[in-house]
Amino acid sequence: MRKTLFESFIHGPLTEKAPEPDEAGLAELAKAVNRAARARLGRSLSIRHVDAGSCNGCELEIHALSNAFYDLERFGLHFVASPRHADVLTVTGPVTKSMREALLRTYNATPDPKWVIAVGACAADGGLFVGSYAVEGGVKDVVPVDLTIAGCPPNPLQLLKGLLSLLESQDANVAS
Amino acid sequence: MALLDNITHREKAKQHRPWSRAVVTEAGWRQAIDQLAAGRCTLLGLWGDAPAVHMALLADDFSDIAVISYTCKDGTYPSVAARHPPAGRLERAVRDLYGLNATDAPDMRTWLDLGFWKVRHPLGKATPAHKPQAYQFLPVEGEGLHQIPVGPVHAGIIEPGHFRFTANGEHVVRLEQRLGYVHKGIESLMQGATLEQAGKLASRTSGDSTVAYAFAFAHAVEAALQVTAPPRAIYLRALMAELERLANHFGDIGAICNDASFALMHAQTGILRERTLRAAEACFGHRLMMDVIVPGGVSCDIAADGAAQVQEFLAEIRRAFPRLVELYDNTASLQDRTVTTGFVKPEFARQFAAGGYVGRASGRAFDARRTPGYAPYGDLKFEVPVLDAGDVNARIWIRIREVEQSMALIDQILGDLPAGKIQAAVEPKGKICEGLGLVEAFRGDVLVWLRLDGEARVERCHLRDASWFQWPLLETAVEGNIVADFPLCNKSFNCSYSGHDL
Repeated sequence: MRKTLFESFIHGPLTEKAPEPDEAGLAELAKAVNRAARARLGRSLSIRHVDAGSCNGCELEIHALSNAFYDLERFGLHFVASPRHADVLTVTGPVTKSMREALLRTYNATPDPKWVIAVGACAADGGLFVGSYAVEGGVKDVVPVDLTIAGCPPNPLQLLKGLLSLLESQDANVAS
Repeated sequence: MALLDNITHREKAKQHRPWSRAVVTEAGWRQAIDQLAAGRCTLLGLWGDAPAVHMALLADDFSDIAVISYTCKDGTYPSVAARHPPAGRLERAVRDLYGLNATDAPDMRTWLDLGFWKVRHPLGKATPAHKPQAYQFLPVEGEGLHQIPVGPVHAGIIEPGHFRFTANGEHVVRLEQRLGYVHKGIESLMQGATLEQAGKLASRTSGDSTVAYAFAFAHAVEAALQVTAPPRAIYLRALMAELERLANHFGDIGAICNDASFALMHAQTGILRERTLRAAEACFGHRLMMDVIVPGGVSCDIAADGAAQVQEFLAEIRRAFPRLVELYDNTASLQDRTVTTGFVKPEFARQFAAGGYVGRASGRAFDARRTPGYAPYGDLKFEVPVLDAGDVNARIWIRIREVEQSMALIDQILGDLPAGKIQAAVEPKGKICEGLGLVEAFRGDVLVWLRLDGEARVERCHLRDASWFQWPLLETAVEGNIVADFPLCNKSFNCSYSGHDL
């Protein structure tokens, strides 16, 4: 274990900051997320995730935000275990009828001010599952949605971009 | 001896491939139950197709598969679960979806239907339903017991489901699962769908196994329509399947250790997982490789520099992974949590036909790639690691060994990758035809059964995740463990909620 720990000191971090040509977007985004999060929330934004019927593909990519490459926490953004601690709910899935009430309760348990991000094609409008007896058909049909992040599933870069645009739109609201 | 030799049946379906399907009377159905109860074969699946029920069986030596079909009289059929418990949840699901009742079933409660659909028996004779019925958890009696209800919304970024723990102090005396929260009605959406739509739905049954589902769906369609994918497509499919296995195993090894508060491993394997997804994207344009496998072949070829990128990625893994294995093996505080925790009895693994690392860590040497087997794995050399300790530690070691096997497989696949076409024509047959596919996903075997009409539209498609037979074993594995070890046990199974709930 010592070897592995020691090596992490001498090797540089994997976290991407150097803008390489094809990944310039991430570095640019990283800077912008940082600026906006700090202005609006003083370095801290707590996210509670609710899977409301996803195939678990979106969850895999939301998880990836926390790996060494994307390192979400460097922006002060982090996932919390309770809606009571959350500023933002990320919601995935076409909202199954069986998850509707659980989603509503989670939403109601989240203190104001709060924002809801519908993550992925299913959360946007039900996606492929529209018309099923078992789904509601999109997060906005159950709770108010502030932002939708497209993709099936959205990759970590798209997710970071989404978080940024939410922060910036809130900044604009405050300014006006 | 073929499976159907021991089961009295009327006629075999003419258009069912690659294995046989036979129509049975009550006598035949009961003989099959006898075979299951005696342990001479195992249950691969049980699904409704009103007015019939189908049951897929796997021979003891894994070499043969058969489907038997029983036409229900007055909407009933003899319960399999009454004598073979692994059928229990499947029978409850059949009743929820079709209204077909298993006579003398030991458990008459609903399973997938939590009472919110506003309709009962949506795939059978649908009737409106208005309010949820109360659900009775199993009674637990004894002094000093308390219950801990958890979910459906969990603390982590995971799927929803309800767990009802009964504990005596710190020790779990019973876990009862309540699933169905992510039921999306996939099988109803399949009905009447084109192959393209149905393939997309199949690929989103469980996102972590999207390649395996697309693979099994393609096999079922190709069997039904008697199409053979070109050799290059077959090899590319296996490449994707092994990349998917690697990504998930890396993620799981780290996540299990993380649930024992060993975050270092999680951080390190997270890097390997990310590298795997990036290699996948470089090759096929999508990190999870969704919708690349289609009936007839694959929808896109590997990128021009894909093979080189994968080789570079493998070299990196070969540098990094052995050290992590050593780290796992030499960290006593971590082993203290994983060794002897969450024990799955080998007889249960066998009885429930537990697939994947759950079965193979408890002595069940089943891997669908090996037997019954499918292309290109017959041409490739690989071992199927099996252990019999049955604990969390064994399930980690199976994954570690499978990572090594997958890397060796990818070497062979890239070395032998045939040139040529990547798609064969998929033409409707002008008549009804049926097919079955069984593919080894990272967590176990995925079964897809379907019937296509003359225009190659889906009449009925059933998808059975390995989780169906693993979830019940988790209930047994956690018994007697402390509550704090549940996340560890649960992650070592990593069952799919979405794949189970459909």
